[in-house]
Amino acid sequence: MNVLTGIYLPEAGRIKIWGEPVQLRSPKDAIERGIGMVHQEFKLVQTHTVTENIVLGLGSGLARVGEEEARDKVAELSERYGLAVDPAAYIWQLSIGEQQRVEILKSLYRGARILLLDEPTAVLTPQEAEDLFTTLRSMREQGHSIVFISHKLDEVMAISDRVTVLRGGKNVGTLMVRDTNPQALSNLMVGREIKFETFPKPEKRGAAVLEVKGVSALNDRGLPGLTGLSFEVAAGEILGFAGVAGNGQEELAQVITGLRGVTAGSLIVDGRDMTHAKAREFILNGVSYVPADRHGVAVVGDMSLTNNSVLRRYREKKFARGPFLDFSVAADYAKRLIEEYNILTPSPETAVRSLSGGNLQKAILAREMTTRHKLLVVMSATRGLDVGATEFVRQTLNEHRHEGAAIVLISEDLEELRSLSDRIAVLFHGEIMGIVDAATAEIESLGLMMAGAKQAEVTG
Amino acid sequence: MEVDLGVLVVAILQAAVRSGTPILFVCIGEIYAERSGVLNVGLEGMMLVGAIAGFTAGFTVGNPVVGVIVAAAAGAAFSLIHAFVTITLRADQIVSGLTLTILGTGISGFFGKAMIGQVGPGFDKFAVPGLAKIPVLGTVFFQQDAMVYLSYVVVPIAWWVMYKTHLGLAIRSVGESPATADSLGVSVTRIRYGCVLFGGAMAGVGGAYLSLAYTTMWIEQMSGGRGWITLALVIFAGWNPARAALGAYLFGGADALQLRIQAVGLDIPTYFLMMLPYVLTITILVLASRASLRRRLGAPAALGIPYAREER
Repeated sequence: MNVLTGIYLPEAGRIKIWGEPVQLRSPKDAIERGIGMVHQEFKLVQTHTVTENIVLGLGSGLARVGEEEARDKVAELSERYGLAVDPAAYIWQLSIGEQQRVEILKSLYRGARILLLDEPTAVLTPQEAEDLFTTLRSMREQGHSIVFISHKLDEVMAISDRVTVLRGGKNVGTLMVRDTNPQALSNLMVGREIKFETFPKPEKRGAAVLEVKGVSALNDRGLPGLTGLSFEVAAGEILGFAGVAGNGQEELAQVITGLRGVTAGSLIVDGRDMTHAKAREFILNGVSYVPADRHGVAVVGDMSLTNNSVLRRYREKKFARGPFLDFSVAADYAKRLIEEYNILTPSPETAVRSLSGGNLQKAILAREMTTRHKLLVVMSATRGLDVGATEFVRQTLNEHRHEGAAIVLISEDLEELRSLSDRIAVLFHGEIMGIVDAATAEIESLGLMMAGAKQAEVTG
Repeated sequence: MEVDLGVLVVAILQAAVRSGTPILFVCIGEIYAERSGVLNVGLEGMMLVGAIAGFTAGFTVGNPVVGVIVAAAAGAAFSLIHAFVTITLRADQIVSGLTLTILGTGISGFFGKAMIGQVGPGFDKFAVPGLAKIPVLGTVFFQQDAMVYLSYVVVPIAWWVMYKTHLGLAIRSVGESPATADSLGVSVTRIRYGCVLFGGAMAGVGGAYLSLAYTTMWIEQMSGGRGWITLALVIFAGWNPARAALGAYLFGGADALQLRIQAVGLDIPTYFLMMLPYVLTITILVLASRASLRRRLGAPAALGIPYAREER
């Protein structure tokens, strides 16, 4: 993708467009060759109109923008490809689906003949995705080439003519869609028959560690983010939380780690009422937290690994020399974590900002797991990690469960939830739709609950 | 003694335009810089550099027009420091801007020593034929000096370029979302350099107005805080060159008013009156420091943030 759009330069091999060998040195080169790219994260100026975004960079100097004429051309393009969007609207007024259409229009306006789409449906509602497919089909009819990158097999089957499976940066097979089926594709993707791995679970559960009763909380905009949540997590149990992103996951994690106040209900951790306790009291009471936002929340990016690893514990006597921090003890501690968790870093003094995603996550786990904890709150722990690091994180969580920790696992990865959790709760609009046994849970019923159906409606 | 109120009001309004003009020039320049995402709080320093450079050149050659051109060049050259430090080196914009103010005050004071007490050539008032005869407005707007008339041309052009041309679109995009502009082949660095230098040039012209039109002499630190007032004015104008004119005359009016009230001899202590423009400045800055309000006023989203490709 980055090679085709001129962001990375290929080290070997050749690229031909329309039979002609080309060298793409910059995004501009790619645009000139007729390659358009729709990234996952849109590149749009929020405060400008649709038309302004589309014509940006196409003229120079004191040439008039000529918004009226441009607007007509945009309207004509959106008519032709079924990309309904108001050319005079401001980007901030548009839904995500409409913003994506603007991105596509931007490419078409520049005369793109080849369109690259990176996980285009990840941010869309099912209806919007259907509209997108209609547009893509109409583009195909009109002679455009489309590269559709997705990990959703049903979409690939629905929209493509041919499919190429990539694994570890290698082409492991190109097939005609009509000659294949989802099972065959998924086998190619993983390189073996998919084995649905379930971690062994302890025989019996311990006492309840976290008891949440009727908890409500506000979100960042001051609106109800969580409404009347009640659940328990026992020692040696992993309670998974499933749900589409933005349905209260962040707020839930913050509430049970003391980072967000509650407006109703009560929180009991290990028998102590912690309803209005501060984050520090949660830490002292044995609550660890692995947040989803690794760079923003979990670590201080510009500080060294050593400093980050003692962030939770710097107040402890062990790290103190009188009123000062004992940096030699801290450095030894960091070295120990690096070894135990096999963190790849040039040195303990390296700023954590420069660690790779997997190693950063290992460092965060190392910090959070090494203290004695009763409750561990983990959010999106394996997102963006490679296979090895993912496996490591899951193993670590499993070990801690067996050592008697209660774990709240918040994730958008249903497979992960099913393989690790004892029970799975489903969040929708800040409410729990139901809590099901992970061993017997069906993907379909989880999916229905994620879309807002109550458990009773699903099973009954 | 009977004071003719009508005459007084017209005189105050005419003076308001005069006092507003220097900050209007500076404001237009700063709007461009901030729209591209670079805050330059060194306006005070750049104005002083423009004022002394313009005065010296005008005095030496005997022609105020040469003075204005030199002042613009000096302001632009001086702002190059800010551009290099904040755009290329990506250093803190506030710190760099403050340095410019301190440096500009020092440099202008040093080179100005020789000019103290000299009276240079200046722009005289002249009435625009025809237009000056319009009642009230004619006196207020068209019995002024050439630099005021220049500002009447600069403001609409600045507005037109900002909102109607590709250059303006590129500038606004760079200040809102540099990554987007970059992905479409707009050079963030070039746009920002251009805008900062333009801002410097305009601050230089604003400074020259003080030493070549408002007065025809050099007085140390003669900008008298107008650079700071302009920073508030940019916010007041909502980063829009057309509204900057309105704001500039309002601030100019506050200035003119206090002088007249002193002259009329009302029983208000002078110090309170002299505070007027500054009180207005502080009020606007306090109100505008609320983030939500800033957004609504249209502050560029990337204002004050250095741009680096693919930064995590």
